[in-house]
Amino acid sequence: MLFKYLLQLADNQLILSQRLSELCGHGPALEQDIAITNISLDLIGQARLLFQYATKHDDQKRNEDQLALVRPENEYRNVLLVEQPNVDFAHVIVRQYFYDEFNFLNYSALVNSKDEELAAIATKSLMEVKYHLRFSRNWMLRLGDGTAISNQKMQDAIDDLWAYPGELFEMTADEQVLAKAGVAVDVSTLQENWKEAVLATLQEATLAIPEGTWHQTGGKKGIHSEYMGHILAEMQFLQRAYPNQTW
Amino acid sequence: MDEKALQLRFQEQIDAEIKIEPKDWMPDAYRKTLIRQMSQHAHSEIVGMLPEGNWVTRAPTLKRKAILLAKIQDEAGHGLYLYSATETLGISRDEMIQALHSGKAKYSSVFNYPTLSWADIGAIGWLVDGAAIMNQVALMRTSYGPYSRAMIRICKEESFHQRQGFDILYTLCQGSEEQKAMAQDAFNRWWWPSIMMFGPHDAESTHSSQSTKWKIKRKSNDELRQDFVDATVQQAEVLGLTIPDPDLKWNEERKHYDFGAINWEEFWTVVKGNGPCNRERIAARQKAYDDGEWVRDAAAAYAKKHTHAYPSTSTS
Amino acid sequence: MSTNKDWPLWEVFIASKRGLSHKHVGSLHAADSEMALENARDVYTRRKEGESIWVVESKYIFATNPEDKDSFFEPAKTKVYRHPTFYELPDDVNKM
Repeated sequence: MLFKYLLQLADNQLILSQRLSELCGHGPALEQDIAITNISLDLIGQARLLFQYATKHDDQKRNEDQLALVRPENEYRNVLLVEQPNVDFAHVIVRQYFYDEFNFLNYSALVNSKDEELAAIATKSLMEVKYHLRFSRNWMLRLGDGTAISNQKMQDAIDDLWAYPGELFEMTADEQVLAKAGVAVDVSTLQENWKEAVLATLQEATLAIPEGTWHQTGGKKGIHSEYMGHILAEMQFLQRAYPNQTW
Repeated sequence: MDEKALQLRFQEQIDAEIKIEPKDWMPDAYRKTLIRQMSQHAHSEIVGMLPEGNWVTRAPTLKRKAILLAKIQDEAGHGLYLYSATETLGISRDEMIQALHSGKAKYSSVFNYPTLSWADIGAIGWLVDGAAIMNQVALMRTSYGPYSRAMIRICKEESFHQRQGFDILYTLCQGSEEQKAMAQDAFNRWWWPSIMMFGPHDAESTHSSQSTKWKIKRKSNDELRQDFVDATVQQAEVLGLTIPDPDLKWNEERKHYDFGAINWEEFWTVVKGNGPCNRERIAARQKAYDDGEWVRDAAAAYAKKHTHAYPSTSTS
Repeated sequence: MSTNKDWPLWEVFIASKRGLSHKHVGSLHAADSEMALENARDVYTRRKEGESIWVVESKYIFATNPEDKDSFFEPAKTKVYRHPTFYELPDDVNKM
């Protein structure tokens, strides 16, 4: 049960870092290219800590890379938000900001986990995530309150992505059990804080709050968007084409 | 002081190994040469991110992915240091980037070759970075202060780049037959382009003699090339890879390796824009620039609206 | 010479440890001071080079001219009495 929870945490970091790594070499300015890569590197680091811990709880005794890079698609437990594509820099920033607000709240709670190793991972990751949040929030403001063009692009990105954060606060059956035991975070309790922070940012960034309340769901149950297959096709290519080798 | 006296004093400074700094008087041609060479160097770092970036999303392990990302990120940083150093000569980064996109400015031709397998990432680190380091170490002593300082910083950071490339190939060479073949194939394709990175033979190099006199350049193309070949042959033996040059052999008299004739026709073809990936590389840079324009504009507009006027009196 | 479409240029100063002075490490472009700090963090402290960052827009740096070198700095050269080694101590004083 803990194993599945660890994978779920790790998969979010992994898939988002994969998306960000696609931008390496293609950023809007050299300085921002470096910044985005830094976030991608932090997230890979966080994913690795979680996968490494998960290997200790895996009945099949798989190593870190077999867990990260060889599972079938429906065993990945990341939310749909992180697999959304890099349509433009506005989508990159909005996706990042939505996730960072969640990641920050989630790790802030996870540092109190009764599982010591998990709490230690959360403590280390939280410092990084605080910076990510500062970075993405500043960019929400710059682009929202920048030019008419940037404001429109940000609004489009928000409208496109608004249906995805809801899934972050869904509790799976496993999570409910683990949360009762004080190991996992009850993410459903984070939603109000998340919403409050996000609405304040949107307002400051002169962006409109979308009206829809509907949210997409599936990722946490292993039912992903069409994008996921392509992400995995790339990410898993070498491990699949040349199984069981050392790299 | 008249122009002649200034020139004389300038050369005396150079000869005495005194660094030239941005506000010093310098001959126009010295400034132009530096702008050309330094911006070309910066462009090479930035364009060089692309062939390696091609494998970031397909790296075989999370550790390799992280290392590769950090390495490519370093290249962005190095490009940035070099652009900044060049800006001290009175040209803007934007102007330099325009010159790259229009084809007016060059970058190292080696990045116009494709990365076809994971082993290519190893080969680039080991060979291309290895060749670049030869050049960069020599440039730490270059006469222009900001360039020299940028190179010192770059060399310090680059030291892991070549090792990570070698490590990728070493692991492949210890692996399965398929992996070994992958390594040899990458070596076959990257060896000659790496040798060509040092540029034309000294006798044919148009900029060399003046650059040497000004101590912009500290070692000749052929000297650096020979150093590279000598160092690399031994490393290839450790890997168990065969050098794709039947004429390569130790010359006891010279105490150096002799190597076969370089295909200069290929070199000039690629320099002139007809290498396998020239168009893709520039198109990718142009696209990133164009896609980023609204972002840069927005940040500038935001700053104008929100930054308090100087001088700020607050002390926090 | 430059038609500048870039963000302004900033100079970056980093203190490698608390208590040490800030040293110039290089420059970068940023639209505002907050971005300049963020960029400096990402560009110049990737290898734990620092614990504190200062940034200042390059146009606010004023520098001496190389031609003024003699009049600015020559006078200091002749004032050796500012250095402790100028003074000879009697042998029975061990440390001062």
